[in-house]
Amino acid sequence: MSTTQDRFLRHMPRDGSQFKRKFDLWGMLHIDPPLLVALLVAAGIGLFELYSASGKHLDMTLKQMMSFSIGLTVMFVLAQIPPRTYQTISPWFYAGGVLLLVAVAVVGDVRMGAQRWLSIPGFGSVQPSEFMKLAMPMMLAWFLAARVLPPSFSSVGIALALIGVPALLVAEQPDLGTAILVAASGLFVLFLAGLPWWMIGGFAAAMAPLIWVAWNYLLHDYQRQRVLTLIDPEADPLGNGWNIIQSKTAIGSGGITGKGWMNGSQSHLEFLPEGHTDFIIAAYSEEFGLIGVVILFSLYLFIIGRCLYIASTAQDSYSRLLAGAITLSFFVYVFVNAGMVSGILPVVGVPLPFISYGGTAIITLCSGFGILMSIQTHKKLIS
Amino acid sequence: MRRHSTITIKDNQQEAALFRRRAIVAGIFVLLMFGVLFGRYYFLQVIEHDTYTVLSENNRVHLEAIAPPRGFIFDRKGRLLADNQPTFSLTINRQQVEDVDALLARLTPVLNLTPEDLRRFKARARVARKYEEVPLRLRLSEEDIARFSEVKYDMKGANINVELSRYYPHGDLFSHAIGYVSRISEKEEKELDPVKYAGTNLIGKIGIEKYYEEHLHGKVGYQHVETNAHGRLIRVLKKTPPVRGSDLTLHLDYDLQKIAHDQLAGRRGAVVAIDPTTGGVLAFVSNPTFDPNAFVGGIPYKLYSEYRDHLDKPLYNRALQGVYPPGSTIKPFEGMGGLHYGLVNWDYRIGDRGFFTLPGDSHQFRDWKKGGHGVVDLHKAIVESCDTYFYQLSDRMGVDRFHDWMKHFGFGSKTGIDLVNEKAATLPSIKWKRERLKAPWYRGEMMSVGIGQGYFTATPLQLAMATAILANGGNHIKPHLLKKATGTKSFENINQSDYKVPYAGDAADWERMKMSMRDVVHGPGGTARATGYKVQGYEMAGKTGTAQVKGIKQGAKYDEASIGERFWDHAWFIGFAPVDNPKIAVAVLVENGKHGSSVAPIARTLFDFELLGKQPEVIAPPPQEASDE
Repeated sequence: MSTTQDRFLRHMPRDGSQFKRKFDLWGMLHIDPPLLVALLVAAGIGLFELYSASGKHLDMTLKQMMSFSIGLTVMFVLAQIPPRTYQTISPWFYAGGVLLLVAVAVVGDVRMGAQRWLSIPGFGSVQPSEFMKLAMPMMLAWFLAARVLPPSFSSVGIALALIGVPALLVAEQPDLGTAILVAASGLFVLFLAGLPWWMIGGFAAAMAPLIWVAWNYLLHDYQRQRVLTLIDPEADPLGNGWNIIQSKTAIGSGGITGKGWMNGSQSHLEFLPEGHTDFIIAAYSEEFGLIGVVILFSLYLFIIGRCLYIASTAQDSYSRLLAGAITLSFFVYVFVNAGMVSGILPVVGVPLPFISYGGTAIITLCSGFGILMSIQTHKKLIS
Repeated sequence: MRRHSTITIKDNQQEAALFRRRAIVAGIFVLLMFGVLFGRYYFLQVIEHDTYTVLSENNRVHLEAIAPPRGFIFDRKGRLLADNQPTFSLTINRQQVEDVDALLARLTPVLNLTPEDLRRFKARARVARKYEEVPLRLRLSEEDIARFSEVKYDMKGANINVELSRYYPHGDLFSHAIGYVSRISEKEEKELDPVKYAGTNLIGKIGIEKYYEEHLHGKVGYQHVETNAHGRLIRVLKKTPPVRGSDLTLHLDYDLQKIAHDQLAGRRGAVVAIDPTTGGVLAFVSNPTFDPNAFVGGIPYKLYSEYRDHLDKPLYNRALQGVYPPGSTIKPFEGMGGLHYGLVNWDYRIGDRGFFTLPGDSHQFRDWKKGGHGVVDLHKAIVESCDTYFYQLSDRMGVDRFHDWMKHFGFGSKTGIDLVNEKAATLPSIKWKRERLKAPWYRGEMMSVGIGQGYFTATPLQLAMATAILANGGNHIKPHLLKKATGTKSFENINQSDYKVPYAGDAADWERMKMSMRDVVHGPGGTARATGYKVQGYEMAGKTGTAQVKGIKQGAKYDEASIGERFWDHAWFIGFAPVDNPKIAVAVLVENGKHGSSVAPIARTLFDFELLGKQPEVIAPPPQEASDE
């Protein structure tokens, strides 16, 4: 037997696993069970807390349940599509997203002082910036996967332009929170693709003047105000500082064990603004205490860990980069939300994944997890 | 374009390894950041837990004062004179309002707010605590509430509150006795105990309401309430209920008050009726009067200026503060003084030619009756109200002896009735004139004082009290409106004579004087005999009086027609009944009523009702009472 034959035979499953694989239900359904279970647990906690934080609002809870159903369906559907297809459509998807953002800037609806929505007759209104949360890492992964990694200087330049244009369009809507998430999802691809450390250092050094420019010319007054409020919320306790003071009070008064489900006075007495949306973790912390917080953080860590594992074991660069970027974006959601509500980050309007009320975020997140499951379950036997 | 020397081929293995290294770095970063988050939550929930627990409790629980309901006021037969009624007020919680001025501007057309309303609101807001509801408009009408409800969504921070407010069911009938409550003024606010008056907006301003404020107010209650961020009450955690103020029962009698009020309709004057045995005030009327209910919710400036500027001065309490020359009504008291000092006895007579002159002076002090009363003794001097007799008696008595005697009947000092701002009026003496007018006393001045003119003034209340003392045979009583208080501090007023007028003569003289007064009404030649006509079932005693408003020159004739109505003489009548066992003593004053005999029938209507239960046959139509609807 030749060495080649030998190697081939060694790679042939001889324990009947190839036979078993045919009956691997999860593989056939393109579902990753550990991830699915973790997401379902997170959704369960979310619904449980939402019912309390919304003031026993059954309609709202049911609506959120509907969103989860739709989200999981979307996830399931997207998991069926092989990564190769995503790779193919990535540039078109990205181009479409940028076009929609331009359309928003031109003909979008203004709601609550921000131009974020695009009305599509017969469909309702959509937020193109949500598309970008996925289109951005897809595009960057597509772009970099086609190049030798670590990326060359010119590739990095093009990549930064690809990140910058849509991020600025979103920031101008103005929606700073989403802009940061969109930009971050692209930058993660760059980082995971092996962006040289000296460049990372260089960018960091260049950030200082950039921040100065952003502060003085790019940020809107209300965004500046949010940052200032963060630095000293007590200066305006009834105005801008109110949210932070009340959310910190909610979290702090929860203690280790919490006040118990449905007993959070801060949220039930409406002291906590946005207690069922962006600030839901304050209501959750108040009712379930540090123990609840640790459980929730552990769950998020598990999800992130599982996703990083999926990314690391992916078979091609595109899949790896996309999976990794989606994972790290998910982390940023959690970190920015939990950080801003507890007063260590500016309030930028980022929901807590799977817990905050709101269908759009759920569907976007589920789409990301759908792609991850596709990557996990479409591995070829032999690489 | 790639140079030949640097042709690179994608190496999946190597790229996978690179990715793995980066993923590990990212994973470590994620773990570190979660460490930071955990640290933050640990800091808030464990280390700072106590601080935030306190903050949360403070958010949640407020201590709220519950204003006590005010005590009721009843008449002597238990008829309600002052009630508590729920009223709706609009208050502003400044914590919920970003721009108070803008909110006020939006509310102005809805509630027709006046600059006065806004000024008051701002004054109250300055002293109120930040979280307190500051009243903007008390006593909202149903129309106001309806209009406000339509635009409520746009008026965050403006709330309608219900509270108990004072209501006087008989409108203006008792205003001068009971007074009214009104919003606590800034000045009062400073002097009040903030704890006792927490949550209370109204306080007694005049009358019984002010005098017995302490008893009527009651004891403030407290509740720990859980409120939401908008200040809306969620539930009461602990409650100490307030205690209603004491209920007051007055001696006042609704029917007597009503009769006196109706009798005075269209006239300016006062009627005070006292039960001589107890000192209890049965009727206390000053006319014209005002609507006390208008003051409770803050009187509109227009109505207030109408009251203030009216020629008849409806806010002026004539019974308590009106000082008028008492005129001939003082003659019975003065006559008792003559007997007391031994200057006259019942047989002492003078010849009256219609005037009196002082030795060595040609000035004639004229009697009201031209040509005089002929031979006059004390009895006749009272019955016919002979001035000459009293010119002579007062000249002999002298002003100081006159003063010392008359003060026993309460002239020249406050009666001490349970009302505020009483006037003492003037009982002149040499000392008084020296101190007050920096001038010596002239003998001739005593002539006018001796017939109740000149410096001598008295209030209707003082005359009613003096009449009661005389009816009592010299037993002094202090008039009071309050009969008893029931509630937290129950007590009954002392209803007995506190001292006896030190009369030096025979005690039977009191009876003789009362008989003389009886003959004023029932006897031939009595100045009020028309009133005594056909009085059945009892006998009454009285004395008429006329007080000059305009001085008449020597030799000139008083002619009603030639002078304005407001310069006509004031008319007095004092009286009591029944003569043998007096149950009611009355003083009636009618400004510009010309002569006492014309107002004596007013007293009789009171006697008729009190003693016979008879309503007056002819009553002037009562004025429309808006508050009785």
